[in-house]
Amino acid sequence: MNGTKFVLALLIAAAATFGAARLIDNAYVFFAGYVVLQYIALATAWNILGGYTGYVNFGTAAFFALGAYTTVVLHKLTSLPLPLMMPIGGIVSGIVGLGTGYLTLRLRGAFFSIATLALAVVVQTLITNWDFVGGSRGAYIIRPPQTPLLGIDYIQYLFLLMLGLVVIVLATARAIEGSRLGYGFATIRDDEVAAEASGVPTLRLKLLATTLSGAFMGMVGAPLPYYVTYLDPTSGFSLAYAVNGVAMPLVGGTSSWLGPVIGAILLGTLQQVVTVTISSAVNLLIVGLMLVGFVIVAPNGILGLVGVRGRRAG
Amino acid sequence: MTEEALLTVSGLSKRFGGFVALESIGLTVNDGARVGLIGPNGSGKSTLVNCMCGTLRHEMGSVRFAGHTLDGLSAHERTRLGLARSFQLPRPFNTLSLADNVRIPLLYTVNARHGRTLGARAIGERCAELLHMVGLADKAGRLPRDLTQIEMRKLELARAMATAPRLLIADEAMAGLSHGEVDDILALLIRLNEQGVTVILIEHIMRAVMHFSQRLVVLVAGRKIADGDPADVVRDPDVVRAYLGE
Repeated sequence: MNGTKFVLALLIAAAATFGAARLIDNAYVFFAGYVVLQYIALATAWNILGGYTGYVNFGTAAFFALGAYTTVVLHKLTSLPLPLMMPIGGIVSGIVGLGTGYLTLRLRGAFFSIATLALAVVVQTLITNWDFVGGSRGAYIIRPPQTPLLGIDYIQYLFLLMLGLVVIVLATARAIEGSRLGYGFATIRDDEVAAEASGVPTLRLKLLATTLSGAFMGMVGAPLPYYVTYLDPTSGFSLAYAVNGVAMPLVGGTSSWLGPVIGAILLGTLQQVVTVTISSAVNLLIVGLMLVGFVIVAPNGILGLVGVRGRRAG
Repeated sequence: MTEEALLTVSGLSKRFGGFVALESIGLTVNDGARVGLIGPNGSGKSTLVNCMCGTLRHEMGSVRFAGHTLDGLSAHERTRLGLARSFQLPRPFNTLSLADNVRIPLLYTVNARHGRTLGARAIGERCAELLHMVGLADKAGRLPRDLTQIEMRKLELARAMATAPRLLIADEAMAGLSHGEVDDILALLIRLNEQGVTVILIEHIMRAVMHFSQRLVVLVAGRKIADGDPADVVRDPDVVRAYLGE
């Protein structure tokens, strides 16, 4: 399937998803669906760096929350529509991604992961002490009950925006996989010294991956203040984003764009069901148990179990 | 006016903490030459290659290649100038097929050079050609883990050749191979040289070195102790002492 056909298929799937949610006509479907879609985009964004280049990022929450807090700032200072705030949140997180890439260039493996974890702590500390965005008290966002343009409930509007972002992120991830860039990323994951010896500019590609991955995470986080209507550092920098961001691609499989989608739908839906039927506190326990199980039984995720190899012959 | 050598290494020194790995090495290699580089284990052969190719940074001295000063350039920039190497221990891209392993240098080196862009079809054909050249055409879709040791070394050479180099440094490409397998690799390297590629062969198998080299360089404890005609070099008292002792 070429790129255009793939985007078309994604758009049809997105339209069908939205249509099906509308048919059910229950606001909770949109509330829960938004979270699952958010995780599909977040896991795919994580996979661009963690899966394709092998640099495991534990700082997902920092990039995600930066997007969310950019929205808080823009909401207070401007009257920009949310679809414009999302790319701005993406730019802010992308710049931080680029900076993180520069600062951690020489780090690999656990050292890189620890550095990204430290980034999350540093950013959270800064936000907690920044009164303008509510500091530790948090910030309230009053959202309009309906969207002026489409005339649908605001939660449906958020669902639609996240659906659109999922299409963009998935189309980008798949385009990377089959491209020269994707091959370059794969060589970084396999062997950086051999990659350089083959002419791959590993430094430039790593910076591109940290920037792109960070930018998408920021875009995913940007609508959060409008979704939760009250954002404080504890919820914005929740451990759930970092854990799910890593667990979902690993459970689904990191070798292809499809892996994070499968992982996010599986874990995201399971968490929503558990939240309603048991308790929201059990969420991370389930993710942790599944992650341990998959590391032991299927280290290459569900895609590895069914024998899917990521790279398409180019 | 004398023509500049393809590769000129001058006064190159490299230390690892207090250990001097290379001490003021000088080396010139002319275009089209077949040079053997030998020395006991730990003599600094691979370190020299790593410094020339940009994998390691040297503290003193300079490297010039094809009219360019390489000092400060990253490894991939040196590769794009035409300086290719194979690794002593094969370093394949394990998650990529054999065809994709040789596709990488075509995408990132050949296509990155000014004025040359191979289309997807041409790249596919060149991949097949390179794998055929090293006898791996029938395994193009397999992963490196399916290969034997000699096949892995052949893949290393194919990947280095895919960069369309002017100079190929084969770092112990024959280590651990049988008599017949050594002959296979030797024939391959001689064929490449006949096609215009300058080759530096780092090797312990003296039969192969003597058969291949038009010139022989000997390193011992980070210093160059001999450089010249192979027949003369192996009779050099310093070289004999380095290999056999007093």
